[in-house]
Amino acid sequence: MRALDLDYMLGLVPVILGYVPLTLFMASVAMVCALVLASLLAVERVIRVPGLDWLVMLFISFFRGTPLLVQLFLFYYGLPQVLSFLAQINGVTAAIMGLTLHFSAYMAEAIRAAIIGVDRSQWEAAQSIGMTPAQMMRRIVLPQAGRIAAPTLVNYFIDMIKGTSLAFTLGVTEMMGATQKEAAGSFLYFEAFLVVAILYWIIVETLNQGQKQLETYLNKAYAR
Amino acid sequence: MISIRGLTKRFGGTTVLDAIDLDIADGERVVVIGPSGTGKSTLLRCVNFLDRPDAGTIAVGDVVVDAERASKRDMLALRRATAFVFQNYALFANKTAKENIMEALVTVQRRPKDEAERRALAVLAETGLAEKADSYPSALSGGQQQRVGIGRAMAIGADLMLFDEPTSALDPEWVGEVLDLMRRVAEQRQTMLIVTHEMQFAREIADRVVFMDGGRIVEVGPPDQVLDTPKDERLRRFLRRVA
Repeated sequence: MRALDLDYMLGLVPVILGYVPLTLFMASVAMVCALVLASLLAVERVIRVPGLDWLVMLFISFFRGTPLLVQLFLFYYGLPQVLSFLAQINGVTAAIMGLTLHFSAYMAEAIRAAIIGVDRSQWEAAQSIGMTPAQMMRRIVLPQAGRIAAPTLVNYFIDMIKGTSLAFTLGVTEMMGATQKEAAGSFLYFEAFLVVAILYWIIVETLNQGQKQLETYLNKAYAR
Repeated sequence: MISIRGLTKRFGGTTVLDAIDLDIADGERVVVIGPSGTGKSTLLRCVNFLDRPDAGTIAVGDVVVDAERASKRDMLALRRATAFVFQNYALFANKTAKENIMEALVTVQRRPKDEAERRALAVLAETGLAEKADSYPSALSGGQQQRVGIGRAMAIGADLMLFDEPTSALDPEWVGEVLDLMRRVAEQRQTMLIVTHEMQFAREIADRVVFMDGGRIVEVGPPDQVLDTPKDERLRRFLRRVA
């Protein structure tokens, strides 16, 4: 057993840190898109639009039923062969698309459960003042469902951040890709991947702190 | 003028409302009494289309809705002409007292936000809760929540206010303040249809008392007539039980 090359590891930190913004960018954009898409999917699953319901169920089933890596390859390497307008797609865009679709399927189920969990009296009160179904969803039901679903959604965001590391297989130089390149030059694989693991870990732990503040904020209406 | 004709509601095989006819004049206060499970709440919920009636027509002001042909637009028009006060208050849990009252004004009536806020604060002052404007429902007592619930219904300026057992879920200590507020609403000549078990209150506030049993209106009349000289045996039995 050899000793860890600590100097090398310390030197690597700023290099990999330089790619944190790209990782967070991909995860954040995908999260926002996935939240919007998942909310639409969830609302559809609750109100069950005839003719659309089976399509939504198929979508959710496919994106939950196949691995993220397979989906990314399908978008980046596969789709451009059949859809010529996708020929120019870059790795970052493909990764964001893949993460969005994949996680929206999971998040739709979490949001659907949360919508159903909103007390019946809230729906009735909204109906009684003459709100349209869309107004009721937007103003009353979804905000309350959001609070119920928040811990689960933050969990998916954490998964998503880690999921961005797969973008490196699409040729994107993000945290993982950068580490891979560094390690290939130095042959210090253990040190390099340990550094990137710790950096992911720190990012996720920071988010966990943020989650506690988010929950306090979301619960302010419910504090006694 | 509110006119209900042949209003019928079935749940499964059970007829809960059996061709109800009821007219209510502008500014009139009608109290509905009767044993539980006789369709009193269902009557109110059908007038507001929270439960969709199976047959009958409901006319509130200019809005006339035929249950069998009611479109979504009819349903919204009817709901916007009426205001509902729930037994369990049903305040929007994600909104403060003030926002609860503003919601219908801003989202449904499309009024400017500052105007809606002024109206909400004025209504809160009427309910005696001006200092609770920024409190969330979870921080209010049952009585306070129901007063906000009544305020929410008052602010809409509806042709008809529906009260579905507004004091039944309250601890006894809060019943008085809610009934006081309802008296003040009544003094403003607001048209009211009230389901309640508070007989003394019914006697005091009602222009007419309706006794329902088995999904039908059994007896209607001024409070002293219905409550003091009941004709129907079922009403006599009911009054002996609640007295």
